Amino acid sequence: MNNFFSRFTLLFCALLLSTWVFAQDKVEMADLMRSNGKIYVVVTVCMIILIGLFLYVMMLDRKMSRMEKNNHPD
Amino acid sequence: MQKKWWKILSFLLLTYTIIGGFLLDVPHLSILNETIRNLYFHVCMWFGMMILFIISFVYSIKYLRSFNYKNDIYAKNFAAVGALFGILGYATGTVWASYTWVTDQGQSLGSILKEPKLIGAAIALLIYAAYFVLRGSFTDIDKRARISAVYNIFAFAMLFPSIWIIPRLVGSLHPGAPGSDSGNPALNFNDIDSRLRMVFYPAIIGWTLLGVWITTLKIRLELLRDKTLIHE
Repeated sequence: MNNFFSRFTLLFCALLLSTWVFAQDKVEMADLMRSNGKIYVVVTVCMIILIGLFLYVMMLDRKMSRMEKNNHPD
Repeated sequence: MQKKWWKILSFLLLTYTIIGGFLLDVPHLSILNETIRNLYFHVCMWFGMMILFIISFVYSIKYLRSFNYKNDIYAKNFAAVGALFGILGYATGTVWASYTWVTDQGQSLGSILKEPKLIGAAIALLIYAAYFVLRGSFTDIDKRARISAVYNIFAFAMLFPSIWIIPRLVGSLHPGAPGSDSGNPALNFNDIDSRLRMVFYPAIIGWTLLGVWITTLKIRLELLRDKTLIHE
């Protein structure tokens, strides 16, 4: 009886241990942004800068076209 | 907005540069490690600068052939954005050098200050800085246009020895120096890895087109301002 009880406790602890290990490295699921040392975060940041830069240049271009049409600088 | 196909092309190429440049595989080199990806950014700044200076040079010659004031405005603004690219190339180069040459390769400050490409690029940029000083010192616009066009041709002639010839004749930390086993690392197909070339050449085109776009904006602004001076 005592032997059975100690075995059961040991098994239970082993199960607990495995869940603890799971919690350590398997909790991140399908997380693209955290893979490869979070390089995708860098890519996203740079893309935001690039898109912002191009939107800004586009706006300037639009403004310039308007000014050329009105034929006088504001 | 003037709709031009190359503006969209520039955006697509730079998107590809950033996504491909960070995610595609690169050669595994000691000391350089992942910093080889700077090839798509730092080196492209210098290529953009060279191409914009070449365009500026062409417009200066066109000015001297026709004395059309428009060409002077073109030459000035291409040189200005080219100089901006050069400054960006310098700024990015300092960061790259401090993490490879200084810390990982153990180069002394003396050997970096003797680096011929740094000195040559500094000379070239200072010559172009003098171009803008020269322009600013004239009050007569015809004289300004004529003399600065001649000076711009001289400045372009100085670009050859200072950034293309001398760094390849004397020892250099940059690739392409005599003694190292590489020839021209940017353009020789045997020296640059094909994986790098796949992103590098589109990156050059993309950055240069962005520079041209910004330049056209500056030109249009100036043309608008000086509308009364331009006889068409």
